[in-house]
Amino acid sequence: MLGKQSFFRQSVFLQAGGMRSVRQSVVCRRGTGLASIWRYLLAGLGLAALLVGILAVVYLTAPRSVQPAGPDVSRTKNTAAGLFVASFAPERGVVRQGELQSWLLTLKTKAGAPVEGAAIAVSGGMPLHSHGLPTSPQATDYLGDGRYRIEGVKFTMSGWWQLHFAISAAAGSDTVLFNVVL
Amino acid sequence: MRRLSCFLALVVAVILAGCGKPDFSDAEKKTIASLALSSLPALKPDTTNRFADVPAAAALGSTLFFDQGMSGNGTVSCSTCHKIDRQFQDDLPQAVGVGRTNRRTMPLAGVARDPWFFWDGRRDSLWAQALTPLENPLEQAGNRAAYALYIKARFGERYERIFGPLPDFSATPLNASPLGSDAEKAAWNAMSGAQRDAINGVFANIGKAIAAFERSIEPVPTRFDRFALDLATGAEPEGDAVFSKQEILGLKLFIGKANCVTCHDGPRFTDNSFHNTGVPPVAGLPPDRGRIDAVRQVEADPFNCLGAFRDGDAGACGELRFMVKDASQLIRAYKTPSLRGAATRPPYMHAGQFSSLDEVVAHYAKAAPSVEGVSEVHPLQLSDRERAALVAFLKTLAE
Repeated sequence: MLGKQSFFRQSVFLQAGGMRSVRQSVVCRRGTGLASIWRYLLAGLGLAALLVGILAVVYLTAPRSVQPAGPDVSRTKNTAAGLFVASFAPERGVVRQGELQSWLLTLKTKAGAPVEGAAIAVSGGMPLHSHGLPTSPQATDYLGDGRYRIEGVKFTMSGWWQLHFAISAAAGSDTVLFNVVL
Repeated sequence: MRRLSCFLALVVAVILAGCGKPDFSDAEKKTIASLALSSLPALKPDTTNRFADVPAAAALGSTLFFDQGMSGNGTVSCSTCHKIDRQFQDDLPQAVGVGRTNRRTMPLAGVARDPWFFWDGRRDSLWAQALTPLENPLEQAGNRAAYALYIKARFGERYERIFGPLPDFSATPLNASPLGSDAEKAAWNAMSGAQRDAINGVFANIGKAIAAFERSIEPVPTRFDRFALDLATGAEPEGDAVFSKQEILGLKLFIGKANCVTCHDGPRFTDNSFHNTGVPPVAGLPPDRGRIDAVRQVEADPFNCLGAFRDGDAGACGELRFMVKDASQLIRAYKTPSLRGAATRPPYMHAGQFSSLDEVVAHYAKAAPSVEGVSEVHPLQLSDRERAALVAFLKTLAE
């Protein structure tokens, strides 16, 4: 039963495409070895070209991710009204995500003199996540030479953070905003 | 002809191999490595509990953790809700101790690494946390005088070997607590300051012993960790470390478009912080405003880090000293839970609001506004295929 069925199928196949395949095999047998290598090379090139074409279409039509210019992450900048030059850096040099850290805010006048006796209020948050800081950092110590220790800084997530300082000193009040990107 | 078919087979094989092999950018690889359990640092010592790493204290703590005698009616222990064979949780939408509470039991793997405890962070140390259910009338429903007397009667010798001599309790009332019934409060108020300190000291040590035990409960490596390790080392994943295409898509979404990793970050998949994500309240439960109400509670707790029962110096109290106290972002903000093992412990959220991960993913995609305060979650277009992929990835954290 099974043999009969498969024989039947084969014969149908022969009827449909037998002529062409027979002619092809004849041509193959008659041609030189060189010709068949060329044929394979051509087929390979064709496939490669098709692949390149498909890839090109995929890449050209893919939506391009817009890379916005990142926020200014400089660690030293002039305060908003230009009263002071402020620097903000982690006390131990490296920023660690998820850990309470101390940072140093260094305040100098334009002339480079240290700003002493400043009252500092810290605020901030993540502008893209509509939430503030996970902790309330505070200026806890004056270390001399215009350096103030800011304790309780913690970045719980990667991303764009902002720290805003309101500074009040003998020379007047001013603010400065630092961006930290993790 | 044979050579042609060989060539074609080779081309097909290369294409298929290219599709099957996970293709991650360097940034993605870095994020995946940061989530792997291998990047979990060693557990830090807890300087506020000098018994935290004392084996005898952990052994006593484990006895107390499973002891139903540690309750007002003798039927409830820590392990009633923190079930040892269920990731130390109870599969219920709200925990049931002596009564029914309004919050989901939290699992305990890695709990000693938390800066804040409970869904709202109303305690700031593991040992202070362990004391709270003991006196909650809906949980263990006891009172601290009764616990101190029970410890002396039942475990006196073991206790003294660890913590030193127990006080003389001969004049101590059987039931007294500043948090208990009117009679217990009256009894507490009638005690001398020295008597109260003696009771509080033993009570704090109960928490310190239980915390010492709980420090041993740590997360275990999962399929995801095996996959991540192979990805980091460039090794060919084998066995269950091989991720399906769906799981790879889920992982890519988790750390990419779906923004899950924003809060569920690090090897414990949590930022240890509090967020309003618009999770709806449960009808019939008392009003619950999350973190905003917990701030006063942790400040008022006599067992907090700045209180008299802390060991070590106050340098360990940074989280309490610098906590945010009154920002609107705290309204209906709850702790980011770890996602390790989450797939096998529904229901989800602080009061078991969602019964499946599908519902959780649907909630975050829809990003419905919060009933109070502002949700930090933004709506997200996720196809059915993408939602299923996210759930498939989450399951790799529980296998």
